[in-house]
Amino acid sequence: MRTNEQSPSVQAMIAASRNKKGKRLLEKTMPKLLLLTALISVLTTFGIVFTLIFETVEFFNRIPLLDFITGVEWLPFAGEAQYGILPLIAGTMKVTVIAVLVAVPLGLAAAIYLSEYASDSARRIIKPVLEVLAGIPTIVYGFFALTFVTPVLQMISPDIKIFNALSPGIVVGIMILPMITSLSEDAMSSVPKSIREGALGLGSTKFEVAIKVVLPAALSGIVASIVLAVSRAIGETMIVSLAGGSTPTLDANVTGSIQTMTAYIVQVSTGDAGYGTTIYYSIYAVGFTLFIFTLLMNLLAQYISKRYREEY
Amino acid sequence: MRYIEETSVMQNMNKRLFRNKLWKALFLGAVTIALASLVILLYRIVTQGADYLTWDFMTNFASRFPEQAGIKAALVGSLWLMLVVAPVSMTLGIGTAIYLEEYAKKNKLNDFIRMNISNLAGVPSIVFGLLGLTIFVRMLDLGKSVLAAGLTMSLLILPVIIVASQEAIRAVPKEQREASFGMGATKWQTIVRVVLPAAIPGILTGSILALSRAIGETAPLVVIGIPVILQFLPDGLLSSFTVLPMQIFDWAKRPQEEFLFVASAGIIVLMVLLIIMNSIAIFIRNKFQQRY
Repeated sequence: MRTNEQSPSVQAMIAASRNKKGKRLLEKTMPKLLLLTALISVLTTFGIVFTLIFETVEFFNRIPLLDFITGVEWLPFAGEAQYGILPLIAGTMKVTVIAVLVAVPLGLAAAIYLSEYASDSARRIIKPVLEVLAGIPTIVYGFFALTFVTPVLQMISPDIKIFNALSPGIVVGIMILPMITSLSEDAMSSVPKSIREGALGLGSTKFEVAIKVVLPAALSGIVASIVLAVSRAIGETMIVSLAGGSTPTLDANVTGSIQTMTAYIVQVSTGDAGYGTTIYYSIYAVGFTLFIFTLLMNLLAQYISKRYREEY
Repeated sequence: MRYIEETSVMQNMNKRLFRNKLWKALFLGAVTIALASLVILLYRIVTQGADYLTWDFMTNFASRFPEQAGIKAALVGSLWLMLVVAPVSMTLGIGTAIYLEEYAKKNKLNDFIRMNISNLAGVPSIVFGLLGLTIFVRMLDLGKSVLAAGLTMSLLILPVIIVASQEAIRAVPKEQREASFGMGATKWQTIVRVVLPAAIPGILTGSILALSRAIGETAPLVVIGIPVILQFLPDGLLSSFTVLPMQIFDWAKRPQEEFLFVASAGIIVLMVLLIIMNSIAIFIRNKFQQRY
């Protein structure tokens, strides 16, 4: 029944649709709104840096920076408090080195097996199962270190104390293992088949292909995965809090109680150091140190994977 | 004169083949060790905690006595935490991903946003706790509440959700967008009606996995100072509360041996929650994911 009205031409319809106010507004404002949400992540970084600097400055008003960096004793709860960060860094390093010694050989070996030897169906099962390890909360790992790994270690060597660097180190190693395996396996799988077949055609065994051809070709991805894993180990908190103890020491002993940077922050947070005390500000100084360590590691990983990537 | 000495070649060959076999066994050994540690870990926790995992354990509040200790407040608290983290982190994460994939031109600001996100993903969780303590708990004066903890956790898992959503949006083929534009749709219409519906399974899968990380995370909440022994349930976003990992942490630190079993029971509850969330994620991925 639209004989009276003339049906609008297509151009008119498009023009009408263009001029709809709500729609035009939506098209214009949505990108801006979305940009705002994207800026939240930038704001978060600024917030972290601001928080750390803001509170750390107050700490350094009370404790000289040089004492903090070069001090060999960390005794914040003593009558005459000492704030030398080196013992905490030593604790973190012990755990990290042990974790790397556990995770790198095992993780790489597992990655080589999955990428070079395993059948497709085996890989499809094993890889997700390994990734389950990555999804287990760290508090569970910490509990495991305290109630299983430490007693087993004590059975092997009675010298080992209840709190030590060895047990959390091993368990942090297990925690970062799937990360190394998964990322390294990705790097090795992306090496083209033709290169492998070339080596096999020249009479190499699979092992020789893996070590002499695939591993060098995937090296940047592998190294980046290790650096990322190290960064994770440095920032790991709950495992070292539960199983590492709270005795900051500057030595290379791994059988006795230690304290890492993260464990110190937890110790203060669960205690009752009041707001405004030097101890309260010290967790920010320690957090800042931790942040710098992990940031450098992450930047290094990005640099390695960008700079040395082989493109096929 | 023979150019190839067959005997020495064969000897050499045998050695190489043996080495290949030996290393294959070693590599497989590494996989086995990794899998075995997972099995041992799960087995230990289930056998230690099973006896304490009773109905009373689920419905009791925390207690000084191991037999009466329960997980009610922590379990409900963890769900409250999700009530804040899920909407906040998903809104911000998906919004950022849409911006970066659909709108962002190649310029310095957007490059910076991208670089910033990958760096944020590497910041230790405990540092987020320091951020939350200063900004949310003190400056915004939210206290040790569900809201303060939820916002902190949201920022922590934001990079994970962004990256997962970006991948899901990127996987929607260009042809679909072009077809939509060809039909006269505007950019926003295309995003809402074409891109997002196709990307939603991937986005949801990634988001649920990120949320399951938030539910198991302890360190930031320790720093914020979430209490552990609570005899009441949270009644609002500004109420104080506790969560499963905090409760487990507290039990694990206690000297009495019985509390270790209680902690194991708590871990079982936490792991069951994680398994449920992961199963939902895998279900969504397998059921709705489209391959182009």
